[in-house]
Amino acid sequence: MRVTVIDYKAGNLTSVLKALRHLGAETIVTDGDLAMVEAAERIVLPGVGHFAATERLDATGLTGAIRAAIARGVPFLGICVGMQWLYAGSSEAPRQPGLGYFSEKCARFAESSEKVPHVGWNSLEIRKGSRLLAGVEPGEFVYFTHSFKAPVTADAAAVTQYIEPFASAVERGNVMGVQFHPEKSGATGVKILRNFLSWEATGTK
Amino acid sequence: MITKRIIACLDVHDGRVVKGVKFVDIVDAGDPATQAARHAREGADEIVLLDITATHEGRATLLDTVRRTARELFVPFCVGGGIRTADDAAQVFDAGADKVSVNSAALADPTLIDAIGRSFGAQAVVVAIDAKRDPKAADPVRDAEVFVQGGRKPTGRRVVEWAREAEQRGAGEILLTSMDSDGTRAGFDCELTAAVSEAVRIPVIASGGAGTVKHFADVFGRGKADAALAASIFHFGVSSARSLKEELAKAGVSVRLPC
Repeated sequence: MRVTVIDYKAGNLTSVLKALRHLGAETIVTDGDLAMVEAAERIVLPGVGHFAATERLDATGLTGAIRAAIARGVPFLGICVGMQWLYAGSSEAPRQPGLGYFSEKCARFAESSEKVPHVGWNSLEIRKGSRLLAGVEPGEFVYFTHSFKAPVTADAAAVTQYIEPFASAVERGNVMGVQFHPEKSGATGVKILRNFLSWEATGTK
Repeated sequence: MITKRIIACLDVHDGRVVKGVKFVDIVDAGDPATQAARHAREGADEIVLLDITATHEGRATLLDTVRRTARELFVPFCVGGGIRTADDAAQVFDAGADKVSVNSAALADPTLIDAIGRSFGAQAVVVAIDAKRDPKAADPVRDAEVFVQGGRKPTGRRVVEWAREAEQRGAGEILLTSMDSDGTRAGFDCELTAAVSEAVRIPVIASGGAGTVKHFADVFGRGKADAALAASIFHFGVSSARSLKEELAKAGVSVRLPC
């Protein structure tokens, strides 16, 4: 299967590409070729770094191409900042809109005695019949590194506790996001990526 | 619940894992890719590869080692040793590392931290600090002196002050080695670790002095460490990350137990 990986010049794609290839995927990387998004079978938007970097998606026209691909039913997975981009925006870069597929906004962890960023292995509470998280048991651990997070809503596929509960995975139809790094989350992460690669539309486009 | 991380550290020389005390009596301990995979399988939360070759010719060997090690490794992977410029870091990331650790070069030019952070994100920059308590200082712990070049050269910098600067410049984590404890197997320097951990908002990885399971429990408790580096403990008594974590769980430390 082929996966189009979006490069918006906000860090290193090597680990994500390596994990997808390990699972037998053919990866195509684009930083602005809209035809590659139009022909995409699956799309992964990785992301480390600052929400402001997603401005490049607007500047290159990728935002519109991704929106159209999602409307066609193409499975989409956003990782870390790539998940946050699915929301309306983030307080990390208030003037930079997200895709708005989920109407809420992302925000920084509240001030507390705990450290921010949230770095390390934390557990998942699986919320509903998530297809992305099929076969993942409640309490399995995944690797996080982030300071901003999405709120818990009806679309949350998993919730994690750190300072406050936040959406560690989100899923509605063919659109999925994970706040953690599946490519760095051992066997659990590999299982989640495999679920994404075997995700097939069920007629609800 | 967030867990305390056990990080397996591999010292690598000319493409091979070596073990030895203070770089003396170095013996070959295997292939880095094989060792890293084994530690990950046995429950290590992260792998650090420290290149102690530090020669120009060694760079190509290191990149090849990083590439081979990263290929089948699906836990965070940090590489340190000899990274002097943002270009050096870029090559290591390109070879498959998720983080780089910088030490002497960051002290010589602290803007290196900013530069790597800007291009690759703060989560990718670990600042390694080697510190030794300074009995002459007003506060021997907070004012512990920072050393470079494998602990041979004093810098005049104070540990808490340098850790804070590193954080402000965009470091994502601090890897703190206590030179007083390193190699003793008498326990981590919990006071030093706590002083640094309380002074910054980023995670602190404790290193130096591990000899028993209790030492890890102490540094996660009293030492307020977010993670601890395990190197020689796997050669002396505790056989694997799994058995270390099982013992820590019994002692009430929150750890990720491997499936």
